[in-house]
Amino acid sequence: MNFDFSDDQKLLRDQARKFLTDKCDRTVVRSVLEDSQKNHSDDLWKEISTMGWTGTAIPEEYGGLGLGMLELCVIAEELGRSLAPTPFSSSIYLFAEFVKLFGTEDQKKTYLPKIASGEMIGTFALSEGNGTPKPHNINSTFTDCKLNGQKLPVNDGQVSDFIVVAANTDSNKNNNSLSLVIVKSNQDGVKSESLETIDPSRPSSKIVLSNADAELLGNSGEGWEMIQKIFDRAAVLFAFEQVGGAQVALDEAKKYSLERYAFGKQIGAFQALKHKMADMYVKIELAKSNAYYGAWALSSDSNELPVAAAGARVSAIDAYHYASKENIQIHGGVGFTWEYDCHLFYRRAKQLALNIGSVRQWKENLISNLEKRNIV
Amino acid sequence: MDFNDNPKEAEFRSQVREFLDQNAQKRSEVSLTGSSAGAPETVSGEDAAKEALKKAKEWQKKKAEAGLAAILWPKEFGGYGGTPIEQVIYQQEEHNYFVHSGYFEIGIGMLGPTMMVWGKDEDKKRYLPKMLNGEEIWCQLFSEPSAGSDLAGIRMKAEKDGSDWILNGQKVWTSGAHFADFGMIVARSDPSAVKHKGLTYFFLDMKTPGIEVRPIKQISGSANFNEVFFNNVRVPDTQRLGEEGDGWKVSLTTLMNERLAVGDPPGLDFDQIFDLTKEVEVEDGPAIKNSEVRQKIADWYVQSRGLQYTKYRSITALSKGQTPGPELSISKLVTASKMQDVSSYALDLMDMNGYVLDDKNPVMNNLFQNGLFFSTALRIAGGTDEVLRNIIAERVLGLPQDERMDKKVAFKDLPSGKN
Repeated sequence: MNFDFSDDQKLLRDQARKFLTDKCDRTVVRSVLEDSQKNHSDDLWKEISTMGWTGTAIPEEYGGLGLGMLELCVIAEELGRSLAPTPFSSSIYLFAEFVKLFGTEDQKKTYLPKIASGEMIGTFALSEGNGTPKPHNINSTFTDCKLNGQKLPVNDGQVSDFIVVAANTDSNKNNNSLSLVIVKSNQDGVKSESLETIDPSRPSSKIVLSNADAELLGNSGEGWEMIQKIFDRAAVLFAFEQVGGAQVALDEAKKYSLERYAFGKQIGAFQALKHKMADMYVKIELAKSNAYYGAWALSSDSNELPVAAAGARVSAIDAYHYASKENIQIHGGVGFTWEYDCHLFYRRAKQLALNIGSVRQWKENLISNLEKRNIV
Repeated sequence: MDFNDNPKEAEFRSQVREFLDQNAQKRSEVSLTGSSAGAPETVSGEDAAKEALKKAKEWQKKKAEAGLAAILWPKEFGGYGGTPIEQVIYQQEEHNYFVHSGYFEIGIGMLGPTMMVWGKDEDKKRYLPKMLNGEEIWCQLFSEPSAGSDLAGIRMKAEKDGSDWILNGQKVWTSGAHFADFGMIVARSDPSAVKHKGLTYFFLDMKTPGIEVRPIKQISGSANFNEVFFNNVRVPDTQRLGEEGDGWKVSLTTLMNERLAVGDPPGLDFDQIFDLTKEVEVEDGPAIKNSEVRQKIADWYVQSRGLQYTKYRSITALSKGQTPGPELSISKLVTASKMQDVSSYALDLMDMNGYVLDDKNPVMNNLFQNGLFFSTALRIAGGTDEVLRNIIAERVLGLPQDERMDKKVAFKDLPSGKN
């Protein structure tokens, strides 16, 4: 057993941290947060792509670096720490993974090299409004090669060149009727409008599809299964982003508590605050360990992945939520001002807690996968 | 990152499995409803406790004969001379079997290593083998009525008398003192020194005249801890460990090992409540089909596995030559409250029958009813939740220490509320 990242992976982490400290300070995050016309930081995206991060886990034959999922986990944690306002997760954890796992040779050749180089951005569209998306409540359809329906929210929808869309191929909606298609966003049948969200540093859209041209991805009727697989993989990567963000929220709470004096001493010397920060630490450590387990399951293609991914996500959601809200609390009054950065983490924590399904959904996934495992 | 055994680890695991298969019964084959015992904390009743101790000693002897009684101890003292990872492998495998344990951890995990560091060769030869094979049980005499969280505040008097020391005072919360053969004790040899300087550390025979052990009946009804009274107890100076006045330093050896010694706590965790949810019915059918129940137990799964994987991370660090830090303090902090919450929720699931705690009508061996009470002790013993949070805040996060008035003043001049 060796339950840690390798020296090379740690080196990558150090480089990524240094790079992002330099290229993605809070003014970069705020440049997207505070400008409703701005969908992401184009400069940062170009820098990240030049570094090759977008191609980390894409095989060399498709223009990637051909490293593994562990390296992608390392980068995810750093992106989470820096609150990077880029479509990295939509394009890499979702779109690229869909094509990599389920695309035809042609599709891989078409999409992956451009995704790896960063010149193309992709995303995934599942939700159609309130409630938990399930095959029976997806109303978008794909019939006669035409895609119709409405998707919201679609993370990074505005900047995406291509979108993997979940749609029913059968009017009799069930688990075997949902399919995935790839649709080009720059065409008459695709209208995209911005949505305001709780975290404007990660913009979303509403996408309206009217007789849009699209091509099938993977086998018809196997959409739900494919989504579960990709979400399990993405859950681990997002967990690293969440752990990274939670860690910085704790670090900033600590820093402030050492600078701020009240009643004649540093507020960080009061047990009420010390114990709160200890609790933040405990939740983050548990989340980190669950994420490591997810990373192992992901990188080794283990059957454990569904359980490991759900565990990683549930734990990471809890840790980031707690760390980001108590960071505000420890800052006191300035904590809820626009000027201080506490809200950036609070926003991101909730955005990440919902983007591929709420904690309710993932707890349900966890227990149902444990039941299945028990039967086996 | 590799979660699988390397070839050497795999070989060790199969060796352990073979030993366990030949000598113990699989947990899955033991009925939980029968009267059977695991760790001492889950045993209630005097006869059951005696029986459990007897079985535990037999089991320990078998382990010792197979060389598996103390994975981390060096071979010269009868240990396996193994790595922390091998220790985990052994624990993982033993966990799948129903064996009686929980009596030897303090000796093997904490006191043995203390003797290895501070004891004389002849003492190591005399005591360690019997500590290892379960023939002699050891207890740790640290806490006192006025020294709990503030452990260094002990008042037990140690006065030199020729080549002996005379001990007077009281210890409390001593696990297993009622069946222990030997103990290690820290006492105040110089009250005019500051708190941490005036202590001296000894080991002693629990049958020495003047020692009186009184079990403390806990809210669970069982008595795992004791008060131990010392009335002119004579201990030869040859049984001193470390220099006079260095007792705190020696104690730290014991306490550092505590973090490693604390194995997986008695079986009351996600797995048990997951089993229960399949057995009991709630208003709309089997509990496991109820969505509120599913939401609730998922939290305990991630806590439980999060701790397990944190331990693996620590062990990996250890195997690379780094020392395990106070981050292991999170283990008991999380475990104890989890046990309390799991127990309470399990009783809710049993509904009205949940308050029955009857050996003749047990539900899952009364595991959760006992857990309801035992968890209250676990949140306090070995560092309260609050002390552990302080440790994390100060030693891991580097936050300021609490203001303390006991660092500069002679011990005898500290306020105690009694003078």
